[in-house]
Amino acid sequence: MNRNGNGVLRVVQAGPLALMVDDGRFGVRHLGVTQGGAADWFSYRWANWLLGNALNAAALEIAIGGGLVLEAEADATLALMGADLDVRLDDRPVAPGASFRIGAGQRLAFRQPRNGLRAYLAVPGGFDVTEVLGSRSATPREQLGGQHGDGRALQAGDRLRWHGQAGTTRSLPFLPATSLTLSGNSLALVPGAQIDRFTGASLYRAFNLPWRVDDRADRMGVRLVGPKLVCRMGSMISEGIPLGAVQVPPDGQPIVLLNDRQTIGGYPRLGALTPLAVARLAQCLPGHEVRFVATAREQALETYRRCLAAFDRVSPGQAPRPLSRSS
Amino acid sequence: MTSTMRIELTAMDVVMVRLFDSIDESNMGWIVAADRELREAFGGALIDLVPSYTTLMLHYDALNMEHGEALARIRRVLERLEPASTELGRCHDVPVWYDLSVGPELVRIAERAGLAVDEVIERHCGRDYQVFALGFAPGYGFMGLVEEALATPRLPTPRRRVAAGSVGIADRQTAIYPLLSPGGWNILGRTTFPLFEHARRGDPLLKPGDRVRFQPISREEFIRQGGDTTPLELAP
Repeated sequence: MNRNGNGVLRVVQAGPLALMVDDGRFGVRHLGVTQGGAADWFSYRWANWLLGNALNAAALEIAIGGGLVLEAEADATLALMGADLDVRLDDRPVAPGASFRIGAGQRLAFRQPRNGLRAYLAVPGGFDVTEVLGSRSATPREQLGGQHGDGRALQAGDRLRWHGQAGTTRSLPFLPATSLTLSGNSLALVPGAQIDRFTGASLYRAFNLPWRVDDRADRMGVRLVGPKLVCRMGSMISEGIPLGAVQVPPDGQPIVLLNDRQTIGGYPRLGALTPLAVARLAQCLPGHEVRFVATAREQALETYRRCLAAFDRVSPGQAPRPLSRSS
Repeated sequence: MTSTMRIELTAMDVVMVRLFDSIDESNMGWIVAADRELREAFGGALIDLVPSYTTLMLHYDALNMEHGEALARIRRVLERLEPASTELGRCHDVPVWYDLSVGPELVRIAERAGLAVDEVIERHCGRDYQVFALGFAPGYGFMGLVEEALATPRLPTPRRRVAAGSVGIADRQTAIYPLLSPGGWNILGRTTFPLFEHARRGDPLLKPGDRVRFQPISREEFIRQGGDTTPLELAP
């Protein structure tokens, strides 16, 4: 067990998008700087939890998989959480939801999504990355953060280090709470003040008909395809955009804004998804069907509190209490 | 406090403080004052505050502050709000190399306005612009208003790559691209004004309420300042 030692993962081959992430960048939105950070924040935190790390330790977010290969330079214990990207440790499959041992020279390959879209890989104590504007998260569009400080995604040849002081490695006897973002298709939405600008028929459609996740989806936003929504207000004066905002451009097809969204924008909005719904949407592959479920602010906050409390409540060898699927 | 002021729920832990219904240069004194007062009123409970043309989006720590308390603090700020003097904003001289190679839409703007290219440059430099809002990219400031004759709609198809330092016009607004990014604004020149470097340090060069005046410079001067003369359409 190399719990306190130094470690290095070498990027043998870069996949389509693997990023250094943490909770994201806050207190800087007024500079035009985006939030960034783990899109499925819930799975990301569980990955750190499995190693006994601080929950906001720097970890990798691997989208799609698609050929990312990492090689360990020394023995280590790592943890994998979130999407099942058909990961192999040399020839042996590694399922998300647990910590695992990797030996010096062994290779970890991320192949293709079998369930979900984004996997999180944590290392003892978190990756050793310099903060830029208070965060280690890489945002390629802004050239900020990450392992080189310039926002770059992982590239072949990168050596990702940690100087871990990990806590006690933990395990989850089963996964109901942790797989919350990888199951279900309901997206809880807190209605916003502009919702009354949409026609009644549009509101009925928005909350009663399914929406398909389009392939125009990235860390900035996810486009949904379904019935056309009509807003009586064309475009607006640009104003701040919160995480999970469901904006409706003139074509009537909603765009849900995620972590790397631009900071201000001028389309009318139905409201904003709850934090858990944002994480769930971030795990949806194109073609996946989702539904909006209106929820009160108070209810959204209560669910969020319970999600956060789960990390404290679960101790080694003890099952997390199941959380409601409706949130 | 004015009759147009409203507080709107925007997300679970975010509210929109709406001060005005339309864009006006005289808004800025109020926005700047509200920004300062709201920061002070929320202190450590403030996660992010995003001022824009007519609004301030306030993201607060809902785990540690009741929604009602957040609304009460905002109301108290609005009740005694007085506009800040925008004279206090900084004034920036921004050197720009106006040239067709780095500012291909000089032609489009000139044709629409029925002006010569030189006249477009002269008029773009002919007035002070106010910084309305930061957004789009780190340090990017939306400024205005350019005179009516120069107002030009965004390009029908945005460019995939607009070089860092590019100076553009969209409708009656003008702005500088802090870093290489996609964009649909009409580009008329390029500057070495280091917007991105300052934003990266958390100390933006442009702030809402600041004023900007563009100064035309020669190619030689642009190069002397460390400018990159790669033509816009050849940007890497």
